[in-house]
This record gives sequence, structure tokens and C-alpha cells, in this order.
Amino acid sequence: MILALTIWVITLVTTALFIGRYWWFPAVASAHGPALDQQFMLTLVVTGLVFILAQLGLGYLIVHFRDRPGRHVRYSHGSNKLEILWTLATTVLFFSVVLAGQDIWASLNLQNAPAGSLQIEITGQQFQWNVRYPGADGKFGKTSNTLINDSAGNFVGLDERDAAAQDDVVVPTMAVPVNRPVELLLRSKDVTHSFFVRELRIKQDAVPGMTVPIHFTATKLGTYEIACAELCGLGHHRMRSVIEVLSEADYHNWLKERSD
Amino acid sequence: MTEAVHVEPVVHQAPQGFIRKYIFSLDHKVIGIQYYLLALFSVMVGMLLSVLMRFNLAWPGTEVPILETLFPVGAPGGIMTPEFYLSLMTMHGTIMVFFVLTTAPQSGFGNYFLPLQIGAPDMAFPTLNMLSFWITFVSLLVLLAAFVVTGGAPISGWTGYPPLSALGEIAGPGLGTGQTLWVASIALFCVASLLGALNFITTTIDLRTKGMSMMRLPLTVWAWFVTAILALLAFGVLLAAGVLLLLDRVVGTSFFIPAGLVVSDQMINHKGGSPLLWQHLFWFFGHPEVYIAILPGMGVTSQILSTFARKPIFGYRAMAYAIMAIGLVSFIVWGHHMFLSGMSPYSAMVFSLTTTAVAVPSAIKTFNWLGTLWGGRVRFTTAMLFAIGFVSLFVTGGVSGLFLNQPSVDIYLHDTYFVVAHFHMIMGVAAIFGIFAATYYWFPKMFARHLSERLGKIHFWITFVGVYSIFMPMHFLGVMGNPRRYAEFTAFEFLADVVPIHEFISIAAFVTIGAQLLFAVNFFWSIARGKIAEINPWSATTLEWTVPSPPPHDNFGGRAPVVHRGPYEYSVPGASRDFILQSEPEMKVVHQ
Ligand code: HEM
Ligand SMILES: [Cu+2]
Ligand SMILES: [Cu+2]
Repeated sequence: MILALTIWVITLVTTALFIGRYWWFPAVASAHGPALDQQFMLTLVVTGLVFILAQLGLGYLIVHFRDRPGRHVRYSHGSNKLEILWTLATTVLFFSVVLAGQDIWASLNLQNAPAGSLQIEITGQQFQWNVRYPGADGKFGKTSNTLINDSAGNFVGLDERDAAAQDDVVVPTMAVPVNRPVELLLRSKDVTHSFFVRELRIKQDAVPGMTVPIHFTATKLGTYEIACAELCGLGHHRMRSVIEVLSEADYHNWLKERSD
Repeated sequence: MTEAVHVEPVVHQAPQGFIRKYIFSLDHKVIGIQYYLLALFSVMVGMLLSVLMRFNLAWPGTEVPILETLFPVGAPGGIMTPEFYLSLMTMHGTIMVFFVLTTAPQSGFGNYFLPLQIGAPDMAFPTLNMLSFWITFVSLLVLLAAFVVTGGAPISGWTGYPPLSALGEIAGPGLGTGQTLWVASIALFCVASLLGALNFITTTIDLRTKGMSMMRLPLTVWAWFVTAILALLAFGVLLAAGVLLLLDRVVGTSFFIPAGLVVSDQMINHKGGSPLLWQHLFWFFGHPEVYIAILPGMGVTSQILSTFARKPIFGYRAMAYAIMAIGLVSFIVWGHHMFLSGMSPYSAMVFSLTTTAVAVPSAIKTFNWLGTLWGGRVRFTTAMLFAIGFVSLFVTGGVSGLFLNQPSVDIYLHDTYFVVAHFHMIMGVAAIFGIFAATYYWFPKMFARHLSERLGKIHFWITFVGVYSIFMPMHFLGVMGNPRRYAEFTAFEFLADVVPIHEFISIAAFVTIGAQLLFAVNFFWSIARGKIAEINPWSATTLEWTVPSPPPHDNFGGRAPVVHRGPYEYSVPGASRDFILQSEPEMKVVHQ
């Protein structure tokens, strides 16, 4: 009895908290974000119904069929019809939800960044993000790990002898123009990190030895925090940077200030 | 498969002397209890670590003088360092997954009750059995030693991702000797688990008594059997991965370390390895591992629901097939841990679908549990409360899986507290509830006394409400984007919002963990003073309830029982009692 009540109360409180959205996502700031949020909501509705029905049902069964005088057990070994029914039902339900979300993933990861995307290279290291812009020539200069020298400020191993490297900009924080497709090239020079911006709904591991591309379009002006989402050592919890989403003009000023 | 095997009972000499009887025992029952006590010790350590962690998460930077006395290195000036937090976290996860959840349900209860439930005098290979326990024991010692070596325990998490775990001290404190001990401990644990798995599989196939066909096995035996197969296939792979990591660390090979790394401004002299290789090997083991942890709990839940609903299990065959299906499919879903790892986005989509497939048999089990309650006469013993709690937690932890198996949604939720909520619910607490349910259920058989039901119920109530209070709010932390494995939430502006929730969770955790003392007291007090139990106090049907408590050394006194029916014949119409033992001959049942 009390157990059923407890289960019901837990179910209702949980449901209320999810419906009330007291603790929720930050407002979305990227082009693909709304679709992702929608997929979350679809999943929430479906799983929410399953959750509520199963928990309420469990509570009901233990109240209604509790041992009391005069209760007779309905002897039964089950029902193949029911087994088939609920197997099919869950299969259809679960796969429908999952298939509905595959599009978002495909458009983000199976397709390359649109032509003309702004390329930015991000190199993670314990415990900071290094952000490199190709500069006026639009080309990243050569780098080599043997040239990396943190104490001299050459965090990504830029090869100064390469002409294309002369105008590269390496900075600790980021800015991107609003409404322009951006392609990030994620790298790491020591251990695995993960590049996470909540508002942009992006996260991707930066793996040493690999360059992983991701792309997005920021749609809302503002300053957002970049967090590290893969355990990378004792400073993992403070591996922070920021990304500013600026108007095209502000963005150019921002970059120019850092080029000289 | 269905042909029952009749085995001539082996004549066992009961051992003489304390050491052969209780320390280096060959008796599966003693070994089962040894495993159980090892897990009990481990879970206490794991809990203590989580108390420290929860304190730091809610009140970071607080000066607590006693901490300095206890951990002069980890908490200089009474304030925990971030690396100390991460080492607690790594050890907590490792201890809980390996030494609690893999140990108690399978090696503990499985060892004790599998031979009894199939009518065998012992495990197939008693010496191997003893060996697996003692290797596990050494493995635990090796792991705990990491706490006291210089540099302390490793900080790379229970998943030990390289390069962090492969590079040594240069990548952080605890990554030197501590990490090496961690890898060695895991490798030993793999060896022990492989030996144990062989034993379980052989025993189930060869030592079933006359009449005990596969489709008459209690569902607990099905669960232990399939779990052993999973362990055999999964731990071998982890062992290989562990050995390679050890070689990278100690000999200087480069299986997991790519060329050109620069750590703390120093070139690393390795080339040619791949960090993703470890992730594939680890999760090839890791996903089956979560089923290794939970399948025995599912078996126990089925057994207990049927016993205390006084009704046959609903859909016995569907339940057995679902266990097999889960076992099979769990080997092709590991990539759902790696959607954002840099692996091919095409494989992400495939792994997403296979993972969805594994959700189906899990749902089938839930429906059948509900079907078992339907039309029954439910008795609320403490064991039953925990079994019902298991079903509730399994549903709650299961539905959040449907978010995480979608690569798109996982972009946001991956490595946030949503994941911490999900795996604690389904793998952590659900499995713990399975262990508690099994303990309250089988204690009378193991120790011939009952646990106190009154203390047990108080224990249940605090624990049930407690775990929901701890882990339910973590879903919202995940939705707010709170990353996991953070030692504190002080460096980000957006994390200011999560602090009150973490305070609430910590308080809930302290209360819940405190309540576990009730269980410890109940356990040890009842061994000495508990109410004396009859042979079959729950009026249950399976073979362990036909022998004295505790069962004699060779279980059935040299006379193998003969099985005449399925395992869950409760409330059979026309029968004189509301349960019929598996070993009761046919004619006693009056057919309608
Ligand atoms: C009341 C009991 C428990 C509490 C308060 C608790 C608390 C925690 C906390 C605070 C973390 C660290 C989260 C982070 O920093 O990201 C954690 C991680 C973990 N816990 Fe628990 N836990 C409990 C029980 C369990 C149980 C029963 C298991 C068994 C499976 C378990 C397995 C783990 C694992 C595998 C990790 C991950 C460690 C890692 O990230 O490497 N915990 N737990
Ligand atoms: Cu990090
Ligand atoms: Cu998994």
C-alpha cells in the first residue's frame, strides 16, 4: 500500500519536474539546435508515457493484488498472444523514435561542412583550448609537433618559416560570425579532450593523433562558455574558454585586433 | 539441450580443520560466502569514497581539519585537491563495478545457489573455484594498494582511457605506480572471472540432476548461465586490452599512444598507436559487463516475484529467451559509448539501431514481471519489497537509455550527469537492489536464521526513497549541461545554477548511505541472533528449499534429487498446498 503510494508520488514529482522545466536547457543558439531539442522532446514524451504507465501500473498491481483474505490466485503460465503483442509494440515504438532522430545526425556528420564555411582549428591541451584562425590568406600554415614550445607561446607548433603561417592567429578564446557556417577541426596534443558548447548543442572529442571535423552555424549573438567534456586530468573541471557569436563586422574587428 | 543429464553423485569428504573448511575451501557454499563478504567489504569502501566525493561536490574548498589528518597528501590543509577527487572517483567506479556488481550477484549468490538449484553436489571444478576466489582477493589487494603508493590512486576513471592512462606520471598524479597497479588488478580480475565463468558454464551443462531439463531451470540459473557466457567472451577481451596497456606503460610499446604527443611541454617518444583501439576493446567488454552486473538481479527478481505473488512466473519461455537475446545482442552495441569519440559516423547509426534492439527484450522482461503480479496474492516481505523496487528502478533507468542511444541527442547528453543518472539507476542501484533482495530471500538458507524483517523494512524505505532522491535530480543536471567527472563546479558561470541541486543530492546521499548501517547491523546481528528459520520458510518451490539450512557439505546427502516439473508451480488448482516443489513426484498433483 505505502509502497504503491511512494512509487506514485515519485512518478508524479518526477513528471511535474520535467513538465515544469525548472532546470532546463539553455536557449538554443545554433541552426541545428532546434531539431535536436525537438528530438529530445519527442523522446521525452514517449519515454515519459512508458515511465508513467509502467510505474503507475506497478503500483496498481501491488495494491490490487495484495494478499488478503478471500483472494484467489489466477493460475497461469502466461500468454503467447500478449508476448507477441508487447514485443511488436515496443519494437515499433522504440525504433520509430530512434529512426526519427537519425536525420539530424546524418546532416551533421555524414555531410561535409557547406562550401565556404569558415574554418577554425581547435587544439586541446591540459588544460586549455588553443584556437587557430587561418588569417587573411584563408590558409592554415604548416605546423609540426616538434616546434611546440608552450613556454615560448608556440602552443600549436606553428612553423614560422612557412609563408602561410605568418598571418595565422592563435588565441585562447573564440569568436564566430553569426549565421555563417563554421567548420571546426578538432585536435589534441596530449590526451583526449572534448569540445562542448551547451547553447550551440555541439560536443565532439578531440583525440590525439586525429583531426575530427564538425560543423555548425551559430544563430544567436552572445557569449557562451566552452567546457571540456572528456576526463583529461586534474584540471579537467576548469578547462574553460568562451565563444563569442558576433555580427560580421564585429567579428572582423575582433579578428583584426588579434592579428596585429 | 533439453535432455537432462544424470550425474553420479560425487562422494565428497567433508574437510577437517579450520583452514580447509573456511579459508582454502573447495565447497561452493563457503566460496560463495567468501565472495559475498568480499563484495560487502568492497561496497563499504566504495560508499565511503562516494561520501567524500559528494562532500567535495557540494562544498568544495571547505576546510575540514580531520581530512588533513586522514589524507595529508589528498587534502593538504584539510581541503581536497581535484586530483584527490578524481582518484576517489576512479576507485569508487572500479570497486563498485568489479568487486561489488560482478562479484556479489554472480560469484557470490551464483556460487552458493547454482549447484543447489540444479541438484548438484558442488561446482564442476572445485579447485578452480577456490582459485578464482583467491585471485579475486589478490586483485582487490592490488587495487587498494594504489591508495598508499606515492602519487596515490589513478585519476583516469574506471574506463582508464589512454593516452591519459598510458603516459605515466607526466600526465598527472596517480598515473604512475597507481595506474600500473590499477591495470594489474584489472588483469588479475579478468583471469579470475574467466576461470569462474568456465566453472559456471560446465556446471550448468553437465551437473543438472535427473529431470532438470534446460526449460525447467529456475530463471536465476538461466541468468547465471548466460552471465557466465558473457563473462567468458568479454573478460578475455579486457584481459588482452589490459595487457597491451601494461606493455605501453612498462615496456614502452605504443598500442594506444599515437605519434607526436607533447605533454607538459615535453615530446613523448611513442608512435603508431590509437586511443580509439582501447575504447573499442574496453567497451566490447564494457557493455556486456553492465549485463553481467544486472542479469543475475533480473533472475533473482523473477524468482522472488513469483514466490511472493504465489503465482508461476508469467511467460517462462519468453523470460529465458529474453535473457539469451540480451546476452547475444549486448555484444554488438558497444559503439553507443563512442558516438562522439571520432569513430565513423556511419557506425554510430548502426550501433544506435542495435542498441534499440537490446531495449526490446528488456521491455519484455518488465512486462512479464508485471504479468506475474497480475492476479497474484502479493506478500510484502522485505525481499519482495526490494524485488518490486528493482522493477521500478529498472524501468526508470531503462527509459533514460532511449535518449542516450540516439547519437543526435547524445551530442548534448554525452558525458553529462544524465549519463551518471542513467548508469547509477540501471546498473548501480538496480543491481544493488537485486543483491539486497537476494540477501533477504536466501539468508535463511545460508545461515539458518532470518534477517530481521522490521529492520529490513526500515532499510528498504530509506534506501528506496533515498536512491530516487540522489539519482533522479541528476537527470536535470544533465539537461542543464553539467559535465561529469568534474572535481568541483567553480570555474564556469553556468555551473553556479547547479550547486543547490548538488547540495540536495549530497544530503540525500549521506542519509541513504547512513541507512546502510542498518543493513550491516541486521546482517551480523542476525547471523548470531536472528529468528531460527525452517527449511522452506517462504514455501518456495526450487531445490535449495528441500535441503537443511545451511545445506550439508555435499548438499543432497549423496542422493541426487529427481526433478518432476518446472520451477514455479505456485497455486496449482487442485493441489493440496499452494506450492509444489520441483522434486515432488507427479502423482501428488490432482489433475482437473
Ligand atoms: C549512494 C550510492 C552512490 C553514490 C552517492 C555515488 C556517487 C557517485 C559520484 C559522485 C560519482 C562521480 C560522478 C562524477 O564525478 O562524474 C560516481 C561515479 C560512479 N559510480 Fe557511483 N555512487 C553510488 C553508488 C554506486 C554504485 C552502487 C555503483 C555500481 C555500479 C556506482 C558506480 C559508479 C561508476 C561506474 C562511476 C563512474 C566513475 C567514473 O566516472 O570513472 N556508484 N558515483
Ligand atoms: Cu577535460
Ligand atoms: Cu553500453
